[in-house]
Amino acid sequence: MANFLIWVVWVVAAFACLASALAVVTFRNPFYSALSLIGNLASLAVLFLLLSGEFVAAGQVLVYGGAVMVMFLFVIAYLGDRSEDSPWSGGPSWQVVGAVLAGGALLAEVCVVVGLKAGGLLSSTEPVGRSFGSPESIGKLFLTDHLLAFEVTSVVLLVAAVGGVVLGAHARALESDAGA
Amino acid sequence: MQGPDIQWYVVLSAILFTTGALGVMLRRSPLIILLSVEIMLNSANLLLIAFSRLHGREDGQVFAISVMAVAASEVVVGLGLIVALGRRNVDLDVDKLRTLRG
Repeated sequence: MANFLIWVVWVVAAFACLASALAVVTFRNPFYSALSLIGNLASLAVLFLLLSGEFVAAGQVLVYGGAVMVMFLFVIAYLGDRSEDSPWSGGPSWQVVGAVLAGGALLAEVCVVVGLKAGGLLSSTEPVGRSFGSPESIGKLFLTDHLLAFEVTSVVLLVAAVGGVVLGAHARALESDAGA
Repeated sequence: MQGPDIQWYVVLSAILFTTGALGVMLRRSPLIILLSVEIMLNSANLLLIAFSRLHGREDGQVFAISVMAVAASEVVVGLGLIVALGRRNVDLDVDKLRTLRG
């Protein structure tokens, strides 16, 4: 019974995930795309929970669904209505055909490799304890085995913050030049 | 493990990645291209966490958190560029942005 419930949750989350990803790509208005990406991130967090990644699921909702998407929506609202024409209006161009072919090839490659080579390996999951994926064990790993990654991440975030400020200041200087 | 095997997560992640790649290739608004890149990064995150569950080790989850930090940095720089373009009243269309001259 519990197994059946987990399957139901998985199927619902997976379809929500795929539908919202398609919506992100097809909506003409970027505001709606950003809103459906929030749905995509939330359903991915459900899948992370099913894989017992509790801390990552919480981080996904807080960092992505909270901070990053608010920044996106803020910028989209700041820029105003910039809807574009649907890329497939006016018949399929060679660009659309090529992109769909490339995407189909990518998907087929992954599915063939998984089906041929990894089918047996992927069905035997190691048993894990209750503390798997808890903040405590993730934090311990971060500060012991992956200390370098932790420190590099902080430098990356600092550089990105400086870059954001510099780009904003540059844009403001250009605007005042244009106004003068 | 109860529920679906890891291969279902791999297939789901492949479909998500393809959707994001199609978005990057087909759309012309840089905002939507950034959103599609987020989809691709998240499909990689799903795969990392699925394999960390498969092997019973948490290193994949640590890596997924690092990917999230990199994605946040990428969004900051990308949105900064888009705002700089928007302030100059340039068309937000990656096919028309041909030069990098300020």
